[in-house]
Parts: sequence; C-alpha cells; structure tokens
Amino acid sequence: MKEFPGSEYVIGFLFAIAVLATIAGASLAALATRIIRGVCGLALCCFGLAGLYYFLHAPFLSLMEILIYVGAICVTIIFAVMLAEPDEAPSRESRRAALGWGGLALAISGAVFWGIARLGMNHAWLKPEAKANAGSVKDMGVALLTTYSFAFELISLVLLVAILGALVIARYGRTKP
Amino acid sequence: MSFSHDRPEVYLVLAAFLLATGIYGLVRRRTLIGMLIAGELIFSAASLNFVTMNRFFVTDPAVGQIFVLFIMALAAAEVSIALSIIIAVYRNYRSIGSKELSELNG
Repeated sequence: MKEFPGSEYVIGFLFAIAVLATIAGASLAALATRIIRGVCGLALCCFGLAGLYYFLHAPFLSLMEILIYVGAICVTIIFAVMLAEPDEAPSRESRRAALGWGGLALAISGAVFWGIARLGMNHAWLKPEAKANAGSVKDMGVALLTTYSFAFELISLVLLVAILGALVIARYGRTKP
Repeated sequence: MSFSHDRPEVYLVLAAFLLATGIYGLVRRRTLIGMLIAGELIFSAASLNFVTMNRFFVTDPAVGQIFVLFIMALAAAEVSIALSIIIAVYRNYRSIGSKELSELNG
C-alpha cells in the first residue's frame, strides 16, 4: 500500500499537539487563580491524554477518556462551581509565607518529577518476546467477562453505592419550603 | 531522548510531569474543588503510566486497558462523592476554603 505523502510529518505534528495540550492543560489546572479556568485546563489535559492513548494503541480508552473525564467529571465539577461559588479569596498570608510555601511545594513536586523521570528514562525495561493478543476491543471484552468478571461486577456495585451516597449526603439538611 | 511516538520515554516523563503538577496543586490550592482537580491530575498520571507500560512492556495488552477503565470508574465515583460532600460543607459553612474548615482544629 502506498503511504500518504508526508504522513510522517502529519503524525509527528498531531503527537506534538497532544503532548502540548496535556502539558498546557495540567499547568493551567494547577496554576490558574480562577477555579473555572482550572476546570477548563483539566478538560484540555484530558483531550491531550485521549490523543496520547490513541498513539498508545488504545482507541477505546481514548474515547472513554473523552466521554468520562470531559463529558462527566468536568461537567459535574462545573455544576459544583456554579452551586458553591468557590473563587479563592485574595490570600491573607503574608508575602514571605506565600513565597516560602510556594517554594516548598515547587521543590517537592520538582524532586518527584526529577526522580521519576530519571527512573523512567534510565531503567533498562525488558521488552516481551511475543504478545498474547492484539489488545483490541474484542480481547478486552472477552477478558472483562471471563478473567475479570468479579472485579467488573464489584465496580458496578461501587458506582451504585457512590451514587446513592452522593444523593444522601447532598440531600441531608435541606428542608421543604 | 528522541521525540517520537514510538518510544516509551516521552510518555513516562509526561506521566511524571502530570504527577508533579498534581502534587503542586494539592499543596498550593486553597479550595476543596481546586484540590479535587489536582487529585484528578494524579489519577491521570497513573493511567498514562499504566497504558504506556501496557503498550510497550507487557505480553497481554488487554490487562492494562481494563485496569485503566477501572481507574476511570473509581475516579468518577470519587468525584461524585467528593462533590456532594463539598456541597454539604458549603451549605453549613458558606465557604469551601480549606482554611475555614477548622472546627476540629485543637
């Protein structure tokens, strides 16, 4: 089959867009002062992650990432933002304390990043000789209904209990008008 | 390190970056919703690490994908519970800043 001309560059461009969207979204989610911008950053980060999952041969996961994270989790957080007006009041801590705590947080996260990135890049990972299956949606479905059927049922139970618990907690304390 | 989508290093470093931003946000955010968003970033870092390992270093590539699906389901459950708790806290305190919730502070 003849390759599309310049497909190498198109793939590299799309991959760079996915990586940049993930980095920019994560930075926005952690650093933005308005909470609603943080939620938008989380959504952007999840779109980038969906692209990365596609490059990692997991198209089903990339669709689920968009569906669950962007479609459900971000929308739910936006509902909570509308209900609870969570904008951070201007900080009452002194400038020196803010600099100190910010520097400490930056040092901790920088150390974690440096350590794990160094481990991931320098470790001699072993490649397997052969793959047991292709990792397609059909293989996942078969594994879900045979090997992992018990965990699958437990997850559905956990989701049911979470929904009921959320209803009970949010309902408590409301009175009829 | 070459910047290519066929090498695991790019994904591993990116997962480490997501974890680091999540930890930074968890320490520095002053409202509960901001801390929840930072927690979601840490979940995403774990998922990206799982899918990377699953793509490059594992004999059965269905297992990692199934595990990431479970992580997503647990994250959704966690967000629904946490948000309802946040709404309840806001109804009682009129604020969701983590500094104001100091009733149990000795």
